[in-house]
Amino acid sequence: MTVIQNKPDNPIAHLSAEDIEILGKELDAIRDRVIADRGERDARYIRKVVRTQRTLEMSSRAVLLFSLFPPAWVIGTAGLAVAKILENMEIGHNVLHGQWDWMRDPKIHSTTWEWDHVSPAEQWKHSHNQLHHTYTNVIGKDNDLGYGIMRVDEDQPWHPVYLGQPLWNLVNACFFEYGIAAYDLELGRNLRGGRHKAPEFRARARAVGRKIRRQVLKDYIVHPLLSGPSFLTTLAATFTANLIRNLWSHSVIMCGHFPKGVETFAKQSIEGETRGQWYLRQMLGSANISGSRLMHIMTGNLSYQIEHHLFPDLPSNRYQEIAPQVRALFDRYGLKYTTGPLPKQVASAWWKVIRLSLPNRTPRPKPGDDLSTRTLAASGA
Amino acid sequence: MTTTVPRPPAKLSVRDRLLRLAETVTTPLLPEDYLDLVAPLRAGAALRGRVVAVDAETCDAATLTIQPGRAWRDHTPGQYVRLGVDVDGVRQWRAYSLTSAPGRPDGRICVTVKAIPDGKVSDHLVRRVRPGTIVQLDQAQGDFVLPDPAPDRVLFLTAGSGVTPVMGMLRAGAHTRSDVVVVHSAPTPADVVFGGELRALAAQGAIRLVERHTDTDGLLGVGELGGLVPDHLERETWACGPVGMLDAVQEHWRAEGAAQRLHTERFRPTVIAPGEGGTVTFTRAGATVAADGTTPILDAGEAAGVLMPSGCRMGICYGCVLPLHQGAVRDLRTGEVTTAVPGDGVLIQTCVSAAAGTCDIDL
Repeated sequence: MTVIQNKPDNPIAHLSAEDIEILGKELDAIRDRVIADRGERDARYIRKVVRTQRTLEMSSRAVLLFSLFPPAWVIGTAGLAVAKILENMEIGHNVLHGQWDWMRDPKIHSTTWEWDHVSPAEQWKHSHNQLHHTYTNVIGKDNDLGYGIMRVDEDQPWHPVYLGQPLWNLVNACFFEYGIAAYDLELGRNLRGGRHKAPEFRARARAVGRKIRRQVLKDYIVHPLLSGPSFLTTLAATFTANLIRNLWSHSVIMCGHFPKGVETFAKQSIEGETRGQWYLRQMLGSANISGSRLMHIMTGNLSYQIEHHLFPDLPSNRYQEIAPQVRALFDRYGLKYTTGPLPKQVASAWWKVIRLSLPNRTPRPKPGDDLSTRTLAASGA
Repeated sequence: MTTTVPRPPAKLSVRDRLLRLAETVTTPLLPEDYLDLVAPLRAGAALRGRVVAVDAETCDAATLTIQPGRAWRDHTPGQYVRLGVDVDGVRQWRAYSLTSAPGRPDGRICVTVKAIPDGKVSDHLVRRVRPGTIVQLDQAQGDFVLPDPAPDRVLFLTAGSGVTPVMGMLRAGAHTRSDVVVVHSAPTPADVVFGGELRALAAQGAIRLVERHTDTDGLLGVGELGGLVPDHLERETWACGPVGMLDAVQEHWRAEGAAQRLHTERFRPTVIAPGEGGTVTFTRAGATVAADGTTPILDAGEAAGVLMPSGCRMGICYGCVLPLHQGAVRDLRTGEVTTAVPGDGVLIQTCVSAAAGTCDIDL
């Protein structure tokens, strides 16, 4: 992909500034309808998911106390992996977005929730909710574009270090939660910039250290110790469950913004951006995953990445319901709704990581070109 | 009443150590998050209760019998309990007088709720709540209670659902210790909450009951009290009812120099009439600022030099959420008004909420 403003066939050239504002109003209307209808049914849903997850996690850990027996190891590991995925994706990610704050239940609230992850909720909320969701797919602003370690857009300058990025990506996938913790800390930038001695950074690093300690103590020391003779097998089981969770969430998240068809945006283009333009950027900057109801739950409904990016604080169980309405808007406004099955989207994202580890084959328009300063609104001009 | 006997410190530390070990297994959750799934009413849990019965009292009032959790410390007759119930998925807190006598052998408590027009919580409790529902509770509170020793002569002056704390006192045997007169107003005989029980007490001679049916006889004026209860100013009086009635009663007792013998309980739904803009106070920061109906509270606070948490400033990231201690705010996107009374601590997004009246923000 290339920033949308540099494309010869700009996919939003046919929309006038007025069209974009009307589109924004239509999306607002979808949001208002969900909020008006939000209630007991949704509350029941999230409580059921939370109850299921906790029951599954505790029973899987109980089964793993006997992990010396291979069937117990297999069942316990699978159960724990699923429980951890549910906790991170359908519960943690969405609760931390404030999707359930409207219930006013202090037990299920973005300000009180802590998740089964090495990155403390507070830091993740900042880098994810504030930076990524506000500056989605804006080159130089949204660090989620390659997480600062990879080149995932032709307009990101190439450097020999990117030759190794398929390998980094694989390592990152295996230890994704640590990758996210480092990313939320902006570890690379802070180390390079010599800001690692700043008290603010050190306080945050200490918070991450404490969180890692608690997570490691639980998964790799206390739980194996409680398993007695099954110490080593339980250790292997929790490691495997974390690995599965990491690979799964990494795959789902790669599908959100990296597959073919997703657009990126130039930094200048979001100056003075209107609500309609912001919506349009979210529509074009995200990709969905098609699949079964179970698949959607296991992705935390991030398979409805487009709907999630348009309305990050609507309850996740609603994305599925509004998807046909959102898709109809794409069709009516002549925009491309990017979606595909998981294997295809994962392959597409990986292909991009591999392809862009090498320099661009054709030269891009030079900076300073008229096109690069076009904004979304002026696209029809 | 149950009292908590302090445990010897050595024992506590073992318990603490076990708890800490359990926490290392459940982190980032707490052991209680798992225990709540199976035993929400156990000792040590946050105070909750399970509704075990809902019985109609009149056409628009019902008594909820609740099995409180083990942490319940019982109540003094006349006190109220704050009750949190999920209505349309949203947790709402309201205060209701306890109508059961304390120390029941089954440990259960009762509140009696009258559905008020447009009262979404009272309507939910009277008409929709089913046995089995878990509700959130606070310990009983309030000083609308009889002193010990009990006064010789007592007057209960009530109207509508104002009879509920009085019923709590009568069921606890107030009439066995004092000479009791009850003057109660309701629109019709059928609207008298606990009508049957009160009339039975009167028939036994346990109390003297004066019923006023306002649909046919009009509102009771304080001037009429002298005729109905000639010694009313000499009686220790507990009054509970609508605001207008209480204002008149307080004025009457004060004018007659008997204010020290009058005890009142103001029972009313919280009416915070939302307007446009208002004074916003950041309670801990100690700043007060006048904000109009279109300025986000975030902007108003920052303009006043308050160090406000903030994020996307467009209502998506929830980085600016703060508790609204009391007052009303309007969501600038939907126009929806959120109100809070002290204790609610409703969390609001300050970047998309404007003052809709006087607001206290916990910051």
